[in-house]
Amino acid sequence: MKFLFALSESWAGIRSNISMVISIILVTFISLTFVGIAALLQMQINEMKSYWYDRAQVAVYMCTDVSPAAACPSGEASEAEKAAVEAQLKSTVLAPYIDRYYFETHEQAFEKFSEDFADSTVASYVTPEQLNEAFWVNLVNPEQSAIITESFNGVAGVEEVRDQRGYLDSIFSFLNAGSITAGAVAGVMLASALLLISTTIRLSAFSRRREIGIMRLVGASNFSIQFPFVLEGVIAATLGALLSAGAVLASVRFLVQDFLAVRLPFTAFVGLEQAVFVVPWLIAGGVILSALASAVAIRRYLKV
Amino acid sequence: MITIHDAVKTYKGSDDPALKSVSLQVERGEFVFLVGASGSGKSTLMRMVLREDVPNQGSIHVLGEDLVNLASRRVPIFRRRLGVVFQDFRLLPQKTVYENVAYSSRVIGKPRAFIETAVPDVLNLVGLSEKARRMPSELSGGEQQRVAVARAIVNKPDILLADEPTGNLDPNTSGEIMDLLERINLGGTTVLMATHDRGIVDRLKKRVVELRNGEIIRDEIAAGYREFDTGQIPKADSE
Repeated sequence: MKFLFALSESWAGIRSNISMVISIILVTFISLTFVGIAALLQMQINEMKSYWYDRAQVAVYMCTDVSPAAACPSGEASEAEKAAVEAQLKSTVLAPYIDRYYFETHEQAFEKFSEDFADSTVASYVTPEQLNEAFWVNLVNPEQSAIITESFNGVAGVEEVRDQRGYLDSIFSFLNAGSITAGAVAGVMLASALLLISTTIRLSAFSRRREIGIMRLVGASNFSIQFPFVLEGVIAATLGALLSAGAVLASVRFLVQDFLAVRLPFTAFVGLEQAVFVVPWLIAGGVILSALASAVAIRRYLKV
Repeated sequence: MITIHDAVKTYKGSDDPALKSVSLQVERGEFVFLVGASGSGKSTLMRMVLREDVPNQGSIHVLGEDLVNLASRRVPIFRRRLGVVFQDFRLLPQKTVYENVAYSSRVIGKPRAFIETAVPDVLNLVGLSEKARRMPSELSGGEQQRVAVARAIVNKPDILLADEPTGNLDPNTSGEIMDLLERINLGGTTVLMATHDRGIVDRLKKRVVELRNGEIIRDEIAAGYREFDTGQIPKADSE
């Protein structure tokens, strides 16, 4: 069986079934685009995690006069209490887990606060004494913040221990939910794409049952009878996969790089290199899945 | 060439066997008519020779192949050595005469050089060289059947199976097809033809195998459609 002959048979099938073939192209396009978006969102989450987790600190907030009485019954933390906290940070128990730490005074906290809220009137109501003094701790491994939290929770003069990752985690769980949603939509769409491919292939085989009958009578091999149909499904799905590759690349290029990255300059975003990594998988996945779907469909339709 | 030994075939869902212990031997170069009423087992026998079906019991050997034990992936290769013609022509309506004939060579991967010489040759043999570019719908029934015969023999098969090839044709056109089949037979191809056409069988005086209710009731050399044929119009079949 000559490949060109198989190709011309596939082309005849595509032409006679053009609307079904277009629907295969569109459904694979949409489903693989969702797969690509889900993958890129996961990459985005990992990118942000590795960027922010390294910078995330654990803050040991010391008591102030305005702290709630439940945590700080004796008001402003005394020098002795601060020294005790610092001594514990330096102790052999905690030191191995700590990369570095520094102490932030009322004045430093106020300075930072004034900078952050320069445009707001809030700054004018706040006095340095209302802002917590704090030990800012960078951990060797940011995942082990529980050690600090447990060591200092309830210690005299400590109002609260807070891991900054807590703020990040809510952002990540939001992004993760988006990624899972895209993945689920992709799964449903892929399932319908596969069913659509097998239906179309069966329809195509039915519309050419005369040719198939003649091919079998003159002794065409099973492979050469089935191959044009498989090729038909693969060609349609590949076109859809190429469209989805284009959509993924374009959305990273124009939506992420030109729009989001410009507006949120201090955030690490996925770039074209990640998109270029995802695209071959989309195309390969489209080709392999459509080949399997059409091969199974045609095999079940055409028994020797 | 074809050796069938005690073949029994019962279709699923039927108590009555379509073939009851049929044995038949056909030699190279023979021309055999298979006659009998509808439901006598002619079609089942033809399907077995083409390996579209296998007997439940007994054996069938065609062209040296044991068809009962032939692996299904070997079936296409076996069928390349057979040509088949049907009552309803079975041409591809959207392909020209030339393409219809070439198709059976193309699907089995014959080289282009073979196709470019074999197809015109065989169209010349069936007398359709002038109409190679026509579509099947532009041809008469007899011409369409000649295209089907050309397609069946273009790959030079050892056996030609013809299932009621004249069933849709008028007597004159039938005669042309029979002349063609005889010529192919003279070229050395074994011909096995199932037919109801009494006139043809009586005129050609070939070997006749008659089936009734799945059994061979007659196998005669140079015979007519009916045993002890008196030339009278035959009575309605008792089956």
